[in-house]
Amino acid sequence: MILARVVGEVVATTKHEHLAGQKLLLVQPITAAGEAAGKVQIAVDHAQAGPGDRVIVLDEGNGAAQVLRRARGAVRTVIVGVVDAVETGDADGRAAPERA
Amino acid sequence: MHFGRVIGTVVCSVRVPSWKGERTLLVQPTDSNGVDQGRPLVAVDLTSAAPGQWVFYVRSREAAAALTDPDNPADAAILGIVDSKREWSVDDAGRAGRP
Repeated sequence: MILARVVGEVVATTKHEHLAGQKLLLVQPITAAGEAAGKVQIAVDHAQAGPGDRVIVLDEGNGAAQVLRRARGAVRTVIVGVVDAVETGDADGRAAPERA
Repeated sequence: MHFGRVIGTVVCSVRVPSWKGERTLLVQPTDSNGVDQGRPLVAVDLTSAAPGQWVFYVRSREAAAALTDPDNPADAAILGIVDSKREWSVDDAGRAGRP
């Protein structure tokens, strides 16, 4: 899984049947500090995520099938959680709380 | 899933039997603004997309699983045609400008 920020949405009338009824959101991978890192991807929303939310994105087909409760299919990238907070320790292992 | 633009059709008179009846298209990967990124790839088309259309595709094993019979060698498959895309302005703290 990766940390990402929800930055947009995609509308597609013509899409694969495995995506029928699914909300497609744009997710920007980010670092723990919240900086953009990498390419924007399209993910199926399974966590009722909204604009600007920090989320956990699963990018693997078997887990995606399990989350969506269906046989293995075309879906690989799924938002599986909305992040409240990330805490990272400093070099000495002391916890450094971070904003949500 | 990633954005791409269809830039051509790939026709093969000989190819693996498990792709019987499927179309293969040449896709130029793009970013979320439609700007070209990297090299074109060949993808199985499941949406009847046409050259010039903006689409999204999936890579790896899920591309094969997108076909009716997943026992095939596809590693890229077009899953949808982009009607519209909206990006919200989101600052680093996650505050979003409302759509």
